Amino acid sequence: MTTFEVVAEGLGKRYGPTRALDTFDLTVPPGTVHGLLGPNGAGKTTAVRILTTLLRFDTGRATVAGYDVLRRPDEVRARIGLTGQYAAVDEILSGRQNLELFGRLFRLSRREARRRAAELLERFGLDEAAGRSAGEYSGGMRRRLDLAASLIRTPRVLFLDEPTTGLDPRSRNQVWDLVRGLVADGTTVLLTTQYLEEADQLADRISVIDAGRVVAEGSPDQLKAMTGGDRIEVVVRDAAELSRAARLVAPLCGAEPELDPEVRRLSVPVVDRVAGLVDVVRALDDAGIAVEDIGLRRATLDEAFLHLTGHRPDEAREPVAAGRKAEVA
Amino acid sequence: MTTAIADGWTMTRRNMTHVVRAPEELILYFSLPIMFVLVFGYVFGSGMQVAGGGDYREFLLPGVFVMTMLYGLGATATGVALDLSRGVVDRFRSTPMARSALMTGRSAADLLRALLEMSTLLVCGLLVGWQWRQGVGKALLAVGLLLLLRIAITWVGIYLALLVRNPDTVGVIVFPAAFPFTAISNVFVSPELMPSVIGTISEWNPLSATVAAIRELFGNPGLGGDSWPAEHAMLLAVLWPVLLIATFAPLAVRRYQRLSR
Repeated sequence: MTTFEVVAEGLGKRYGPTRALDTFDLTVPPGTVHGLLGPNGAGKTTAVRILTTLLRFDTGRATVAGYDVLRRPDEVRARIGLTGQYAAVDEILSGRQNLELFGRLFRLSRREARRRAAELLERFGLDEAAGRSAGEYSGGMRRRLDLAASLIRTPRVLFLDEPTTGLDPRSRNQVWDLVRGLVADGTTVLLTTQYLEEADQLADRISVIDAGRVVAEGSPDQLKAMTGGDRIEVVVRDAAELSRAARLVAPLCGAEPELDPEVRRLSVPVVDRVAGLVDVVRALDDAGIAVEDIGLRRATLDEAFLHLTGHRPDEAREPVAAGRKAEVA
Repeated sequence: MTTAIADGWTMTRRNMTHVVRAPEELILYFSLPIMFVLVFGYVFGSGMQVAGGGDYREFLLPGVFVMTMLYGLGATATGVALDLSRGVVDRFRSTPMARSALMTGRSAADLLRALLEMSTLLVCGLLVGWQWRQGVGKALLAVGLLLLLRIAITWVGIYLALLVRNPDTVGVIVFPAAFPFTAISNVFVSPELMPSVIGTISEWNPLSATVAAIRELFGNPGLGGDSWPAEHAMLLAVLWPVLLIATFAPLAVRRYQRLSR
């Protein structure tokens, strides 16, 4: 029998009439990365807060690193690391002082805490900034310090709650590399994210959650297949040609295109991206249909949701857009 | 138990390091009582009367000591609220740290801080001509009463922060909430010289008890009247803080536990 590092069975948590979590199930095998994918308000953070002993739950059962979260919270806390959505370090203390403080709270002796802090500062490329207040760090540096603080005692299970929200692409890649390194050393990771790409990059398995429930679970490839994966989008010059183009494209891609006559656009799922695109371009050209724009587009989280839940998550659209903007900036 | 004390001390050191790394706040809290000494002692002081006679500045200083303890409320409440708002409390709570350490660490650090503030103020007092006249023993007892009051105020501050949560809101409400306690008290004016109802309220004010008690211990003027609270100032100066601690410490602990709801 496999023992799982994280087990959640039928977790439920309500705030008044709102169900933040509703029969939430999860199992994560050791040494793997599990992604929780969903919009703001889906219950990702609630799940993480429950599993890290910060929040009580109403129904169900949960174990982390083999210990019951409710009955043995101290055993759980000694074996986990948590990096929250907002860099939760002490902003007045220096980077070094932060790590020494958390070292002491993880029951290291003063000398061990000092040694461990120096080690982590070097590994995370923070030794030059070690004496500066964490409040003066850039977003990427803070996130790295935050991550370092959750690795004082190499945790068995690491919880990452939206670890790259608001980071620029370079810092985001750094965080991803650090996470991959940890997993290679045997740490189990539970990651929450709003970005399909992040889950795709890091996770072995993904749970899509919506309104406090897991609505789909699988490997990134399985999930992409479920959501329709990539799409080809074609904008024709003459609206009258749109339905003729659709009739040409349908057999090539093996699916009926969605039409949007207002912007003269058709959109169709494609399995083999490049070959599909070449076929479509050639067919349209042969038929003499003037094309204004053509391109491949990855499935978006919105589409994944539309597909998996049958509704567009209203709350998802704006926060996702805001997050993306922050990434560009 | 040992880990609770060790973790409490770790958190005390953390809060003291804050004072060292960001001393601006301390300067702000120092400047206020010093300003009051200057404004009331020198500007208004010439027109102020002490019931039963005596030097106004010598009457004023014990009041300013107590006022400084009260305004520590702002430092405590803002500090706790900032921790809560920045999510660093979540990180603390996800470590094996003893649950109590966040509050015991805050309480101990604020006490050390109060000790620092007291020493500075005593020196300032000596500079403007205030002195203790009953020997060092009674003077130390007076300092002890001041620190006891500060502990009580710390717990009120922790509770306030856990109740309000938003550090900006806390910052805005602390002074309006604290100021009436200093105004309607024996800090600046003897209650005997106030209109009767306000005078009675002033005499029963918890701050007045400590002020009256330490005036007595320091041998400063203004031992106000023959009302019951004035006659039993020493008893009340112990009883009031103990009562406040007994009320607000359990309330704060319960609020803190509710963070996990």
